Amino acid sequence: MSRKNSIGSRLFMGLVFFFLYAPILLLIIFSFNEGTSSAVWKGFSLKWYGELFQDRIIMNSVYTTLIVSVIATLVATVAGTLAAIGFYNMRKSIREPLMTINGIPMMNADIVTGVSLCLLFAAAFGAWNGFVSWMEVNYRLTAPRLYQGFGTLLIAHITFNIPYVILSVMPKLKQMDKHLLDAAQDLGCTWMQAFWKVALPEIKPGIVSGMLIAFTMSIDDFVISYFTAGATSSTLAMTIYSMTKKRVSPEINAISTLLFGAVLVLLILVNVLETRQQKQKKYTD
Amino acid sequence: MKKRNRLPLFAVPYVGWMALFVVAPILMVVLYAFTNAQAGFLFSPDGFTLDNFARMGSYAPVFLRSFQLAIVATLVCVLIGYPVAYFMAREGEQFQKMAMVIIMLPMWMNFLLRTYSWIAILDRNGFINQFCRAIGLFDLINGIFGTNLEYFQMLGTPGAVVLGMVYNYLPFMILPIYSVILKLDHSLLEAARDLGADSVSVFRRVIFPLSLPGILSGVTMVFVPSVSTFAISQMMGGGTQMMLGDLIELQFLGGAYNPYLGSAIALVMMVIVVICMYVMNRFGEGEEEAVML
Repeated sequence: MSRKNSIGSRLFMGLVFFFLYAPILLLIIFSFNEGTSSAVWKGFSLKWYGELFQDRIIMNSVYTTLIVSVIATLVATVAGTLAAIGFYNMRKSIREPLMTINGIPMMNADIVTGVSLCLLFAAAFGAWNGFVSWMEVNYRLTAPRLYQGFGTLLIAHITFNIPYVILSVMPKLKQMDKHLLDAAQDLGCTWMQAFWKVALPEIKPGIVSGMLIAFTMSIDDFVISYFTAGATSSTLAMTIYSMTKKRVSPEINAISTLLFGAVLVLLILVNVLETRQQKQKKYTD
Repeated sequence: MKKRNRLPLFAVPYVGWMALFVVAPILMVVLYAFTNAQAGFLFSPDGFTLDNFARMGSYAPVFLRSFQLAIVATLVCVLIGYPVAYFMAREGEQFQKMAMVIIMLPMWMNFLLRTYSWIAILDRNGFINQFCRAIGLFDLINGIFGTNLEYFQMLGTPGAVVLGMVYNYLPFMILPIYSVILKLDHSLLEAARDLGADSVSVFRRVIFPLSLPGILSGVTMVFVPSVSTFAISQMMGGGTQMMLGDLIELQFLGGAYNPYLGSAIALVMMVIVVICMYVMNRFGEGEEEAVML
C-alpha cells in the first residue's frame, strides 16, 4: 500500500492525534500553574510539585501502586512463563480448555473480574472470621482476622497479569525448534540444564514483552483494584478517583506529569538501546 | 524421552491458582445471582430465586442507556479509527513506527487522569466556553435569538460520556484494524487493479471486506469496556448518566448494598461478553495478535 496519502487524510490523522494529546498537554501545562484552577492560568510556579511530596495520601498511594505492580509483575512473569511451558507440553485436549480459562480475565469486563474477586474474598474472609470468633468463644484459641487489603490487591493483580505473560510467551514456544531440547539432552544436558541454557534464551523476548505488558496493566488498573483493595489500601488511581468526587488538587496534575515524563524517558531509552543493538548486530553479521 | 513428560507439571501451580481466583469467583457470581437475598444462602430452603433478574426490570432505563451510549461510542470509534488505521498503513515505515508510539503513549497515563482533564475543557468555565466567550459567540447568539446564554452545558450530557469513551478507547479500535490492513495480501490489490477496478471499488470490494476481522475485534475491544464503564460515566456524566457499571458498583460498594442483585447484573454482563467473543471468533481468526497489540 505504497500509495501516498493526500493532504486531507494527513490533516485528519493530525487532528485525531491532537484529540488524543490535547487533554494530556493541558494537564501538563496546568501542573505548572500558580492558581488552583485547571482552566485559568495564573502564572508559572512549581508549588504543586513541592506540595505533592508533602502529601502523605498521594505519596502513600504512589508507593502502594509501585510495590503492588512490581511484585505482581515479578510473580506473574515467573508463574506465567512456567505455566506457558507447562501448557505447551500438554496434550491438546487438556491445553485448549485451560487456555480458555486463562483467557477469561482478559476477555471479561474489568468490573466483573473485580466484583467476582470481591465476592470471593468477602465470603472466604467472612467464613474465616466467623470460625475465629467461634474458636475464641469455645476454645479460647485465637487467630488473626482477615480483611481485604494489600494482600487481596496483590492476588488480584497477579491474577489478571498472568494471562498476558502466557499469551506473549506461548508464540515464542511455538516458534522454538522442538528438537533443540532433545539435542541438548542428547549432548549431555540434564533436562533442567536444557531448560535454563536452551529453552529460556529462546523464549526470552516473549518473557520480556509479557513482563512489560503485565507491568503496564498493573500500573494502569483502576477498576479491579477498586473492588479488591478494601478500605485500608489505596492505589494512585483509587486516590485520583476519590478526589474527582470532591475537589481535585493540582498535585494530581503534577504527579501525572512526572509519571508521563518517566514513561517517555523509559520509551526513549528502550528505543535507543534497541537501535544500538541492531547496529551492533549488523556489525557482527 | 520420557523425561520431557514432566514439563506439563510446570503449569500445576497456575492451574490451582486459576481454580481459586478465576473459576471460583465466577461460580460465586453465578451462585449469588440465583440466591434469595433474605435467605442469604443458595442451598437453604427457598434460597433459590430468580427475583434478582426480575428486579432488573426496574433498571431498564439504565440498561437502555448503557447500550445506547456504548453503541454510539463504538460507531464513532469505527468512523474515526478506520480512516486513521487505513491512512497509517499507507505511510512510510518510519512514520508508522512513530504513529504507533503516538497512539500507545496516552494509554500509559491513567485513564482517570485523562478523563479528568476533559472536565477542565468542557466545564462551565472551561476552555471551550472561555474560547466561545472570548470570540463573542454568546453575545452573537444572544443578539440573534434574544436568549440569555452564558455557557454551553456539556458536562452531564450523554454526549460528554460518549466523548469520554471515544477518547479512552479509540486506540483499541485503531490498532487491530491497522494490524489487519498492514497484513493484507498486496497481490490481491494488484490483481483487482489489473482486472480494472478503480481505487474506490478496490477499497469497497477488496480492502474493506478483508479488514472486517480487525473492525470486529476493535468493536469488541471498545464495546465491552464502554458498556461496563462506571468511572467515565460518573466523571463526564456528573452523576446524571447512570450506567450498568455504576449500578453494579452501587450494589457492592455503594449505598444500595445488595451483592445478590449486583451479581445478577454482573452475570448478564458476562453473557454479553461471551456473545461478543463468540461473534468475534466466528468471523475473525488469528485475532490474538491484534488483541495483544
